[in-house]
Amino acid sequence: MRPLTLGRLFLRCGILAVILFVVVVIALKMGAVQVSLYGLGRDLIRVMLRQSSAISTDYGMIVLDIRLPRILLGIVVGASLSVAGTSFQALLRNPLADPYVLGVSSGAAVGAILALILENQLSLSPQFAGLLTPLCAFVGAAITIAAVYLLGRREGQIDSGTLLLGGIITASFLNAVIMFLLTVPAGGNLRGAVYWLMGDLSTIPDVKLLGFLFVGFLIAAGVIYTTASDLNLLLAGEKEAMHLGVDVPRVRIVVYLAASILTGLAVSVSGAIGYVGLLVPHVMRLIFGSDHRLLLPVSALGGAIALVIADTLARTVLAPSDLPVGAMTAMAGAPLFIYLLRRKLA
Amino acid sequence: MSTPLRAQMPSAANPSGEQPRGNPDVRLSVEQASYVYAPNPSQAPLFTLEALSFQAKPGEIVAILGPNASGKSTLLQLVSGALEPLSGHIFLNGFSTHSFPPKTRAQRIALVQQESRLLFPSRVWEFVLQGRHAHGRSLRFESEDDITIAKNALAQVGASHLADRWMDKISGGEKQRVILARALAQQPLLLLLDEPTLHLDIGAQVDFLDSLRRLAAENRYTVVVVTHELNLTGEYADQVVLLQKGKCLRVGAPASVFQRDLLEQVFQAPLSVEMTSSGRPRVTLFANK
Repeated sequence: MRPLTLGRLFLRCGILAVILFVVVVIALKMGAVQVSLYGLGRDLIRVMLRQSSAISTDYGMIVLDIRLPRILLGIVVGASLSVAGTSFQALLRNPLADPYVLGVSSGAAVGAILALILENQLSLSPQFAGLLTPLCAFVGAAITIAAVYLLGRREGQIDSGTLLLGGIITASFLNAVIMFLLTVPAGGNLRGAVYWLMGDLSTIPDVKLLGFLFVGFLIAAGVIYTTASDLNLLLAGEKEAMHLGVDVPRVRIVVYLAASILTGLAVSVSGAIGYVGLLVPHVMRLIFGSDHRLLLPVSALGGAIALVIADTLARTVLAPSDLPVGAMTAMAGAPLFIYLLRRKLA
Repeated sequence: MSTPLRAQMPSAANPSGEQPRGNPDVRLSVEQASYVYAPNPSQAPLFTLEALSFQAKPGEIVAILGPNASGKSTLLQLVSGALEPLSGHIFLNGFSTHSFPPKTRAQRIALVQQESRLLFPSRVWEFVLQGRHAHGRSLRFESEDDITIAKNALAQVGASHLADRWMDKISGGEKQRVILARALAQQPLLLLLDEPTLHLDIGAQVDFLDSLRRLAAENRYTVVVVTHELNLTGEYADQVVLLQKGKCLRVGAPASVFQRDLLEQVFQAPLSVEMTSSGRPRVTLFANK
């Protein structure tokens, strides 16, 4: 018997945090323009020691203004999607559930696009508009997960196959809605379909947006984490969880809402990136087991690592052209999805 | 059987769990409880459980006996508090089982169901520790006490050696013991079992019920078992609640409930009943001619 302790939790998260740091450092270095990280580090230390007032301009431009914000965006989006995926898998008792497969990301994208069209039409102040997009993305995500949940329920129980099919059909319908919205004149000047359907991280966020995303992530993920041991019991089914003392309706609504917020936040700044929320929780579960008190934080870190790696590959394999990061995650994720599906049916 | 004084008690659960007035010997009291299952109110009900009453003391084993679709599992769900009776009351130490908040309920009532499906593999000890969930705050990590209690629970069902095995790699009989251990880890007053011997071979059935009887005596659980096993009921139960098509036909000691005519009519099979030297009834079934 070796139950989880705080020390073991911190040790595992610490190891992943170190890996994330290494990945970030490598990602900073890689790109169309090679930079010397040694030189950058030396400059940074000089700035911190106040020996010089600013780091040299080429590092500043490429590394700090372009690559670093994009990497930070990848971290928060990857962590959000993967915590949302872990939550959906536990609530729906389906190891193949994730925001993308269930159509929740597409729902969020519809919400975000509607908000952007509205902002253009009403010429809202940028401050209000900046909040409206993630808010509408959250509403879109929440409505979609409610619809998919109802589609997947049969005689009071969630049927795995029906749920997945319901999600896939919903996603394809919502993707058609996205195409429609992008084709009508009012949506014509928005970012293209590839962005919304595949997702990419090429928009360079400012500090304020990054701060908003990180705070939003920490709050929503923190709320989900308070239900971590309830989620462990929910894996055995809602009835059994109830008999073991879980307030099932409360946990269900809290986690659905928080996971929808995470999906909405991620999609409103990066489009619908697929398979992160599916692949990462699986790999983490294989390594660390299925105790959500450990699984949720390691999934967040793992999602960040995975998306930073995927995005670094996306912007380097065809450099100087950018590949949408969603294309990278789908190339890795789709075969794994099929493998898991086959193994489950076998 | 029912005491009017207790029936008038407010049914709201008292979080402090103080024992209210009433007969302290009686732990579980089912008083004229009934239930109707209808998919929607305008339609005729699909199933009706007519009002029935029985009481049980600490350490007692009550068997709910009946053929398929007689309402056994519905009655168990009512007793567990998962369902609310349409009329009547079900009291555990004087508090209505349905009105307990989920956590309080799980601290007092443990349910062992037929099958415990797992989405992802877990170790036996992790599974047993789930029984401690209701006793901790949601974010707390398991304390030394929790671990000791889980270990004791495994020892009590003779499954200590399984602690580090995977749940999906142990036999049906072993699994049934581990599920029982998780229920024991809840430290309940009331232990409910839904056909616990269904997937066990005969040796494992006798084994399981022997340990159940020992545990009921040692830990003073009130045990309610749903079953259709006539002879195991006759051998192990202190009280039998005999159901047929949603009606309670008789409540009492096995010797008084096990009447040939009654059982033949309920189970639709020719049989004979004899008393063994221990005063327990034994049923022999004959093939239909």
